Amino acid sequence: MLLGVVLSMIGIYRGMVQDALTVARSPQADIWVVESGSRGPFAESSRIPGDTRETIARLHGVSAAGALTFQSIETQHERENLRLYVLGYELDRLGGPREIVAGRAISRSHYEMVADQRSGLSLGDQVPMGRNLFTVVGLTENQVSSSGDPIVYLTLRDSQELQFELAPPAARREMARGSGVAGTDTVNAIVARVSPSMSPDGVAEAARQWKHLGAMTQAEQENILTRSVVERARKQIGLFTAILLAVSAVIIALIIYTMTMDKLREIATLKLIGASDRTIIGLIVQQALAMGVIGFVFGAVLITSIKDYFPRRVILQPTDGLALASVVLIVCILASALGVRLALKVDPGEALKG
Amino acid sequence: MGLDKSQPLVETRGVSKHFGEGDARVDALRDVSIEVYPGQVVGLLGPSGSGKTTLLNVIGCIVEPNAGWMSLDGEAVYDAGWLRTDLRRLRLEKIGFIFQFHNLLPFLSCVDNVAIVLNLAGQSKVEANRRAIELLEYLEVGHRKEAYPAQLSGGEAQRVAIARALANRPRIILADEPTAALDSERAGIVMDMLRKVAAEQDAAILAVTHDEKIYDRLDRIFHLRDGRLDADDHLKDAGVTR
Repeated sequence: MLLGVVLSMIGIYRGMVQDALTVARSPQADIWVVESGSRGPFAESSRIPGDTRETIARLHGVSAAGALTFQSIETQHERENLRLYVLGYELDRLGGPREIVAGRAISRSHYEMVADQRSGLSLGDQVPMGRNLFTVVGLTENQVSSSGDPIVYLTLRDSQELQFELAPPAARREMARGSGVAGTDTVNAIVARVSPSMSPDGVAEAARQWKHLGAMTQAEQENILTRSVVERARKQIGLFTAILLAVSAVIIALIIYTMTMDKLREIATLKLIGASDRTIIGLIVQQALAMGVIGFVFGAVLITSIKDYFPRRVILQPTDGLALASVVLIVCILASALGVRLALKVDPGEALKG
Repeated sequence: MGLDKSQPLVETRGVSKHFGEGDARVDALRDVSIEVYPGQVVGLLGPSGSGKTTLLNVIGCIVEPNAGWMSLDGEAVYDAGWLRTDLRRLRLEKIGFIFQFHNLLPFLSCVDNVAIVLNLAGQSKVEANRRAIELLEYLEVGHRKEAYPAQLSGGEAQRVAIARALANRPRIILADEPTAALDSERAGIVMDMLRKVAAEQDAAILAVTHDEKIYDRLDRIFHLRDGRLDADDHLKDAGVTR
């Protein structure tokens, strides 16, 4: 059971990394153009003018570009709080949902949305966001943000209104002050795809020539996400996993010790009839390994059966399973040391005692 | 079997063993000298604390004496403390043990309990199993070969234990109260089997016992008292040339 929890912790970490990368991989971009000096749009905020997309699209080597906005919102649906990660994109440009598993893509310029199944929304549901009501027209699968919130796709215009438009009282106040209402044509990032013959690094370098823009390749963006955004979670889970393994080792050691205590007479008999210390050690280590293997298999089967009920994605990779199995076997061998020490002290003459 | 019956299989000369030192010193054996010959079934008698079990442990290569000399099957085992012999090897190759409560390994079947001795001696599993089944049939418990110790009667379990003791064709069989847990009829059957083994394999059997019912099946009795050999009774002529 404990080994199952260890496996699930590793799976949760993998799921977290995968979720973090999902949103970055979704546009299938080669470069990300963001606000100068920012490592956005996921690690920190980034705001650039919406017309930057046209500038980037004209760069030599760029085959497609799209403007994107990202924001987390909390709304209500059927009297339940619903946290969503809103991704605004330009229709027919880079950044929209990669695959729609039910319904269709957004076809109208306003008030339609494509939501991930994990949001619990169904086709036709209407969700209030900002001052408008959005209708779910399509569903995606496993599209979540690094914090686990399901992604919903809106048109860029809708998402810009949602993120940047002032509420009417605030807008009236700004008008009264004579400063005018600020425009909303702002985006968080521009994604661009580069022609196969061109180097993304070169195009990113070209984009950086504008002083208000920063640019990074897809690999750099993914590195930021895994090394920065989920780094603390990785350490937390790593430490917790280490503690669980240590607890498992102690439990296995105690079980082996108790089982050895129960078999002192049998061990004495084996020694008396000529079993070598190596044979006795082998038996105890075998017992510990068998316990580890049974525990690991039970834990793996348990977690595989229930992983889909976890609130966040749990990804069980064969390599992680093998690595944990190896660690468990080493832990079992170390944990059997107490039992081995006890067994080696057994006097063969004990077998003759009544 | 063409063996020299005039040579003792077990011979001790002036063997002494004490536990503890100073005021806590207990002399378990004092200057004990015995000889046991091929084919003999010998009883080791004495009150509690007389040193019977210690002598059995010394002859069984479980504990080393503090003084004296001992040989098993012609091989010197202890010699005034300077001789270092691989006691585990001697136990495996030359000695078979029979216990009061059979001491069969509960997690192994009867055939595996017998075969394990041969496996430890390096025999293949197939060969060990063949020999184990042969022995179980010889001791008339072949039909119980797949049973586990918990499924056996006391007499059956003791016969399986004897089969285990005989598995490596030992020259010396040490038995600790082999009939104590059996009724008189089964005790007689077990002793007859031991006599048969001793006669057919030219083995020596040394049994610690309090069971008067089996005295008439012993060739010789050593009496121990306070760690000393008190008497050496020749009960029968076992055909031994002295």
